[in-house]
Amino acid sequence: MGKFTEDDLKKELETKEYEYGFYTDIESDTFPVGLNEDIVRAISQKKEEPEWMTQWRLDAYRIWEEMTEPEWANVTYKKPDFQNISYYSAPSKKAKYNSIDEVDPELLETFNKLGISLDEQKKLAGVAVDIVMDSVSVATTFKETLAEKGIIFCSISEAIREYPDLVKQYIGSVVPQKDNYYAALNSAVFSDGSFCYIPKGVRCPMELSTYFRINQAGTGQFERTLVIADKDSYVSYLEGCTAPTRDENQLHAAVVELIALDGSEIKYSTVQNWFPGDKNGKGGVYNFVTKRGICETGAKISWTQVETGSAVTWKYPSCILKGDNSIGEFYSIAVTNNHQQADTGTKMVHLGKNTRSTIISKGISAGKSQNSYRGLVKISPRATNARNFSQCDSLLMGNLCGAHTFPYIEVNNKTAQVEHEATTSKIGEDQIFYCNQRGIDTEKAIALIVNGFSKEVLNKLPMEFAVEAQKLLEISLEGSVG
Amino acid sequence: MELKDKFISSFLAVDDFIDSHGPIYDIRNAAIKSFEEKGFPTKKSEAWKYTSLKSLLKNELSIFPKQENAVELKDVRKYFLHDIDTYKVVFVDGKYSSFLSQTTHDGVDICLLSAALSKDKYLPIIENYFNKVAPNDGMSSLNTAFAREGAYLYIPKHKEVEKPVEIINFYTGGETDLMLQPRNLIVVEENAHVQIIERHQSLSSNAVLTNSVTEIFVGARAHVDYYKIQNDQKEASLIDNTYIKQERGSIASVHTFSFGGKLTRNNLNFYQHGEHASSVMNGITLIEDTQHVDHNTLVHHIAPNCTSHQDYKGVFDDRAVGVFNGKIFVEKEAQKLDAFQQNNNILISDKATINSKPQLEIFADDVKCSHGCTIGQLDQDALFYMRARGIAEKEAKALLMYAFANNVLESVRIPELKKRINKLIALKMNVQIGFDL
Repeated sequence: MGKFTEDDLKKELETKEYEYGFYTDIESDTFPVGLNEDIVRAISQKKEEPEWMTQWRLDAYRIWEEMTEPEWANVTYKKPDFQNISYYSAPSKKAKYNSIDEVDPELLETFNKLGISLDEQKKLAGVAVDIVMDSVSVATTFKETLAEKGIIFCSISEAIREYPDLVKQYIGSVVPQKDNYYAALNSAVFSDGSFCYIPKGVRCPMELSTYFRINQAGTGQFERTLVIADKDSYVSYLEGCTAPTRDENQLHAAVVELIALDGSEIKYSTVQNWFPGDKNGKGGVYNFVTKRGICETGAKISWTQVETGSAVTWKYPSCILKGDNSIGEFYSIAVTNNHQQADTGTKMVHLGKNTRSTIISKGISAGKSQNSYRGLVKISPRATNARNFSQCDSLLMGNLCGAHTFPYIEVNNKTAQVEHEATTSKIGEDQIFYCNQRGIDTEKAIALIVNGFSKEVLNKLPMEFAVEAQKLLEISLEGSVG
Repeated sequence: MELKDKFISSFLAVDDFIDSHGPIYDIRNAAIKSFEEKGFPTKKSEAWKYTSLKSLLKNELSIFPKQENAVELKDVRKYFLHDIDTYKVVFVDGKYSSFLSQTTHDGVDICLLSAALSKDKYLPIIENYFNKVAPNDGMSSLNTAFAREGAYLYIPKHKEVEKPVEIINFYTGGETDLMLQPRNLIVVEENAHVQIIERHQSLSSNAVLTNSVTEIFVGARAHVDYYKIQNDQKEASLIDNTYIKQERGSIASVHTFSFGGKLTRNNLNFYQHGEHASSVMNGITLIEDTQHVDHNTLVHHIAPNCTSHQDYKGVFDDRAVGVFNGKIFVEKEAQKLDAFQQNNNILISDKATINSKPQLEIFADDVKCSHGCTIGQLDQDALFYMRARGIAEKEAKALLMYAFANNVLESVRIPELKKRINKLIALKMNVQIGFDL
């Protein structure tokens, strides 16, 4: 291959197809489109939920009805018609699986295509995977191994049936039903998701993982994840997402709640690769997600995300640093291409004393995409000696895309130390020249630079995911990652 | 009646006698319509998220003073930069004071907007420039609709104004609940140069609200230096709107020193229309009690090869609230740009608040944009070092704070003004040391 220039890269980016855009023909059990109280009841019934849960959903539905869709984000899109979405779609050959062998082979094939061969992962990584397809959890692996340690890792609907006390105590405690429009919608109609509880003092021996996939047309995916780390425990949680190629926009509105009790640590990593739409901006997933964690005394929550997919992303994984000496971290790479739009960032709310937070956000925009960082650092009057460091770097490729930074900093305590810095740049000609001079061709040079640019965040990913994140970056920015 | 409706109906009442056939009659009418549509800004709007005007916009407010009040030179002398000769355009309660002013028509025009609006020879300038850069948001529209008086500066090609121009608005407090609407128009043609000092000063402790609009047009390779001294009484509030349009190779710098006032809101917008334009905005905010200072800046980069530099320092004591909302907007044509934005803050008291939002919106790829924002305290080691050498705590702290703000002070180009601001800072920190060491 001849000289590979940035223009070539750009061209390649534009034409690079979404690799995961297949549709698996699995019989599914789908509800009629539309949303009303009956649908909410029906979902709840379908999941065999107790009465309190049904009521909780109905409360959320009533709140949602009163709310209007938010418009403040720096994205433009055709608003989804909430009456034209099916709120429940489940693979119909649903059974309780105890081992991988019992899973529908076609479904397994799907996962193989996704590159998450269960068998392989079982052998190599020892990752316990909970797979959520069209919002229903179909397989949880390694359950028994985890059970020995007292760790509960199952679908949320199972948790509602089996561990109602835990769910009742914590669901909605971090993201209440009335939190925002999409959280209210999710609270009303969530069909499944993952639940995880780590008992006191237990260090979860393996990475826990959830895979989300929207398969059926015209469905919305509303999953709910609840992770509870009891005192002095540790868990690392991974989440991955894909969807098939479709012309119409699909909606994904999830809620993730993390509860880190005294001295515990939760590491939550996401590799998001929803279908981003084709190069004309047609189709793609709307990703409107509410993620939030609460840290009690001495606890730590670390969010790491690699965002390469979705037509529109609207997502702010946040930490409420409630307890003294708690720590919040946010590491993010957001790559947008073609007509993708991303408005993402974090909120760090410092309430306790000696709380610390770190924000590292890397945005890479190419094509005609818009990439925004929106973050809030709030130091409350009680939070003495709070410390925050934020860094937001953007890399622009071409002059048709945009990079935006909206950092909000609110400080009410004199002992706080807050630093924020942001830079925007392109790949320097001098940097490429330097590499060329040393016999490194331009393609490799760009790869080096982009890789170096994202390294800080990639390093934070667990081993198993880092490989996959690399793979995803390759899809989005083929030729630039070595 | 709501204040907004009251203002609108009072506009209809005075519509005729303002300037029914003057050059800006249509502009005023359009402005009152736009005010009717937009109204006063509320906290719901993103740009006013941290600053509420609610407590200031009392229904009793009126725009037109009922009587004329005179002031004695001896009472106001201290507010002038008296150690050097300057041109002065002075207003008392919104009315021009010829007695206190020193204007000129010698090669350059330094006079009144009302005079410029009424005389035909100024017509081409008014038609070309009046209200051409001010946006039609609520507060600016209100000013456009009602403003009758302000400074008018016209500096033709290749002229350098040999002494600084002081634009001073005095408020006597003779009547309460006045909302003043001063309006300045400053046109600096190609390769011309001018230095301007603006000040709003209340002479009593009565409350006053000023909604000022200044439009500045900086021609090719022209150079404008603008200094705003905001050291007003604790009951005076100011909404200052300054809009600057820059042509090729021009340099415009605005320094804002916010030490006083109850609520101060600075809307400072730069629009760079020509290549190689350079914009500088610096500020020092030093406030206490329940004072509130909000800096809202925008640099709109439209042309390539431009630069902008922002440096705002703030020190907040007691229950003071500081807001910084800086926005750099880069159009896709504005390649090879170098934009820098910095906001450093020190909180002295537990009750003080700072809300900072340095914002970048970038559509061009070949640019160098960076911003930084810090909030912290005085360096304990440095304090200890000075205390160990016999410098009292108060003085040591003052020295550190002075050093913190020094970057901004250094760029003041009028030495007498620099000295004056040094004194103000010493006074504000209640120390005896002179800083011009």
